[in-house]
Amino acid sequence: MTKLTELTLAEARDGLAKGDFTSRELTQQYLSNMEQGRELNSYIVETGDIALNMADKADEMIRAGNATGMTGIPIAVKDLYCTKDVHSCSASHILNGFKPKYESTVTANLWADGAVMLGKTNMDEFAMGSSNETSFYGPVKNPWRATKENGELETKDYVPGGSSGGSVAAVAAGMAIAATGTDTGGSIRQPAAFTGLVGLKPTYGRCSRWGMIAFASSLDQAGPITKTVRDAAIMMESMASYDVKDSTSVERTVPNYEHALTGDIRGMKIGIPKEYRMDGMPDEIEKLWQQGIEWMKDAGAEIIDISLPHTKYALPTYYIVAPAEASSNLARYDGVKYGLRVEGDGLDGMYKNTRAEGFGAEVKRRILIGTYVLSAGYYDAYYLKAQKIRTLIARDFAKAYEKVDVILTPTTPSAAFAMGEKSDDPIAMYLNDVFTVPASLAGLPAVSVPAGLSEDAMPLGLQLIGRAFDEETVLRAAQVLEHATGFSAKPKIWWGEK
Amino acid sequence: MAKYIQGATGEWEVVIGLEIHAQVSSEAKLFSGSSTKFGSEPNTQVSFVCSAMPGMLPVINEECIRQAVRTGLAMGCKINLRSVFDRKNYFYADLPQGYQISQFKDPIVGEGVIEVQLEDGSTKAIGVERLHLEQDAGKSLHDQHPSQTYVDLNRCGVALMEIVSMPDMRSAEEAGAYFRKIRTLVRYAGTCDGNMDQGSMRADVNVSVRRPGAELGTRSETKNVNSIRFMMQVIEFESRRQIDLLEDGGTVAQETRKFDPATGTTSSMRSKEEAHDYRYFPDPDLLPLEFTREFVDELAKGLPELPDAKKSRLVTDLGVSEYNASVLVADKENADYFEDLLGDLARKVGQNKAELATRAANWVIVDLFGALKKAGKSITESPISTQHGAELLALQVDGTISGRIAKDVFEIMLESGDNPERIVAEKGLKQMSDTGAIEAMIDEILADNQDKVEQYRGGKDKLFGFFVGQVMKKTQGKANPQVVNQLLRPKLDG
Repeated sequence: MTKLTELTLAEARDGLAKGDFTSRELTQQYLSNMEQGRELNSYIVETGDIALNMADKADEMIRAGNATGMTGIPIAVKDLYCTKDVHSCSASHILNGFKPKYESTVTANLWADGAVMLGKTNMDEFAMGSSNETSFYGPVKNPWRATKENGELETKDYVPGGSSGGSVAAVAAGMAIAATGTDTGGSIRQPAAFTGLVGLKPTYGRCSRWGMIAFASSLDQAGPITKTVRDAAIMMESMASYDVKDSTSVERTVPNYEHALTGDIRGMKIGIPKEYRMDGMPDEIEKLWQQGIEWMKDAGAEIIDISLPHTKYALPTYYIVAPAEASSNLARYDGVKYGLRVEGDGLDGMYKNTRAEGFGAEVKRRILIGTYVLSAGYYDAYYLKAQKIRTLIARDFAKAYEKVDVILTPTTPSAAFAMGEKSDDPIAMYLNDVFTVPASLAGLPAVSVPAGLSEDAMPLGLQLIGRAFDEETVLRAAQVLEHATGFSAKPKIWWGEK
Repeated sequence: MAKYIQGATGEWEVVIGLEIHAQVSSEAKLFSGSSTKFGSEPNTQVSFVCSAMPGMLPVINEECIRQAVRTGLAMGCKINLRSVFDRKNYFYADLPQGYQISQFKDPIVGEGVIEVQLEDGSTKAIGVERLHLEQDAGKSLHDQHPSQTYVDLNRCGVALMEIVSMPDMRSAEEAGAYFRKIRTLVRYAGTCDGNMDQGSMRADVNVSVRRPGAELGTRSETKNVNSIRFMMQVIEFESRRQIDLLEDGGTVAQETRKFDPATGTTSSMRSKEEAHDYRYFPDPDLLPLEFTREFVDELAKGLPELPDAKKSRLVTDLGVSEYNASVLVADKENADYFEDLLGDLARKVGQNKAELATRAANWVIVDLFGALKKAGKSITESPISTQHGAELLALQVDGTISGRIAKDVFEIMLESGDNPERIVAEKGLKQMSDTGAIEAMIDEILADNQDKVEQYRGGKDKLFGFFVGQVMKKTQGKANPQVVNQLLRPKLDG
């Protein structure tokens, strides 16, 4: 029998339903894997007791015939989600020890469906980062290591991507069936691509942001990180909801996403944007993209060349809008009410000391950028202009969707890089998001699907971007792509007991 | 007419603009469900949203939107069907979010004009620039501990309407009249209780001076002035201070000042250089606020008759004097009292309201308001109900009691809150109109005062009053004075 922790979410669901095993048994195996994988640093907090408790309740639900797709499924939760009475700090020191008295809407939805919480996962501080190296709790190690020419695994550590680095590492290393992520500019899709997983960022407004620690409010979205497209569909259905407590969530019925996975994309029009063919892009990325186009064509889709002319402005626009919102969103961390307080001379002294010690370098950098672009005299030149370009980028997509149903691009310009390789070069780091940011700015649903391996056997992903609230088409195309790739590689286990 | 201030070097004109902060009357705060009740224990009306817990989001309280629209309508201002909430960023201990949600570029209410009446009877039009909604901050308590400051977040997030005037006022009197008019309007509309002592209404006072006809001078802004008297003191003090500065060859600094009620003076809080850069930008947690013309029309239908319309009706339809009408409509409760009483009175005596309105207005304003003022009570605390007031006036109209007796009955009513008909019956105060009895009494008095009768007949007309007084004395004031006059005159002249 396969190890329980090798099952996909859908397989585990079916096994639980058939009574092949219980959620408690499944959960226990995950808890044991988590213990084995601690050196990956993917969890900030393990919640074993809570998990077993929830698993027992899930087993009750299953026995009573009240199971949903998520009942009894052990998942990891990004530390950015507020979970009642459990560490919820967005991996920042400034929220030192913060345990909210409330549960985020997304996690509440999952628990209501019977999902099981294994723990809170590591991430870039306040979701600001593309390598999970900015966490106060230390970097997360990618379970994948490159293969040297002699066929041996590298001994150095690789980044899992970010900001949902702990979540992807947990799933890739068999320490959770699936995980919640959040995506502001690529924080679900890029790490999913770096670890051979499926990462779905739904349409802005599809999930409630209530109880998610805000980074950039107009961009932040919750989404699932899973082993397969089917798993993403199942988990997405549970996470999504309209929420009166979030004015930006949209009142729209949540479809049964799994039903959308028909395997048939004949006649589907797939756009290939020429602007995503960037200077200096590695050959292997270009090749993978070409291969993706061929696979979709073979599956009966119609390939259409399109243009998204404002793509090149997306990254700079993102790095104005997101820090601007962050500089304001993070103002509440002032040492007055909760989290860290470092005393100082008067109120101003306390503010300075608290924020100096509480925030890491990357967060400070973005607060500075954000404060600058909103300042009197600079607002029009930066923030206002960025908003205008954002509108143009959204218009590019809207025009494209008059001709195509989904857009296929690479997820990232490279495979996962070695730890420390880019941590001193913020611009090189920001370039990781070049393919994921446009869909974020336009609020569109996008998924990363594992599509192959790099020359040194690190996973690579392809991205499908769809129309607003058309996650169904995105997922249908993604599943066809997933099957075509035949991707089945797993990281070789180098961690744990030797 | 221009009112200039005489300085040492010539005349100066004061230019005043007001930013009035009016707390919206609503059960819940602007973006959270927490209660807005005044005077509760510190930090008992604070939600996760008010205290800016991580991941919390604002949700607009629709009632606050309705209240702002009602206020805009009552002021006759343009209602903007689309407005935007912005974040005003600054750090302070009683501002948990680190920003105040306000409206900067696109307020919910746009321009309008308020007409105010001045003491000399003239009127003046004062422009309103805008009304926008914003959150109040919490309260820092500096006097609870020798070295620490405590914070009370009960007020934090309560909805405020900031009503910004044009710099159209030219004297403390005009500013006072404008403020009172706004207060009257919000109280009519039921959108703010106008309680200044509870901080429900306060003003930032912008003052500058200039030579008549010159460009606008540099202004100072005195923050959080919480009474009309203080506001007028600020204007007097600031205009004098600025004129003295300029006449001594100095310049006025653009700065924020605070008022000290103990000394009636203002002092600098921070200068323009130290001013905050608030880094306003649209709040990404809230969608632009949009509503339809129908929504506005529906709210307009629900508004009560407003003071200007009411005043003109009282004058034109009921014949109330301009002055009395102004006094009555200044406060909706006063006007309501008057109208209820007049209605009751008209029903009781079967006459038109117009025939009775002047009498009723005089009684309400002179007798009742006078007595309430002495007792330090408001109209809502009046011991005399509108029904009892109407009864008292009806007793006079139908001749049951005289005006003099009415005053005594009124005093008893004030004390006891009792029904005037019962007071009159129990104390035997019914007016005497029996001509036979009065005539006999007159004859008796004339007989007892032959000398005075002679003097009267000899040309001392003033003695007529003496004889009336004697009759009244004998009847303990109950004799109907008209009957007394009618009977006395022929006998004396006889």
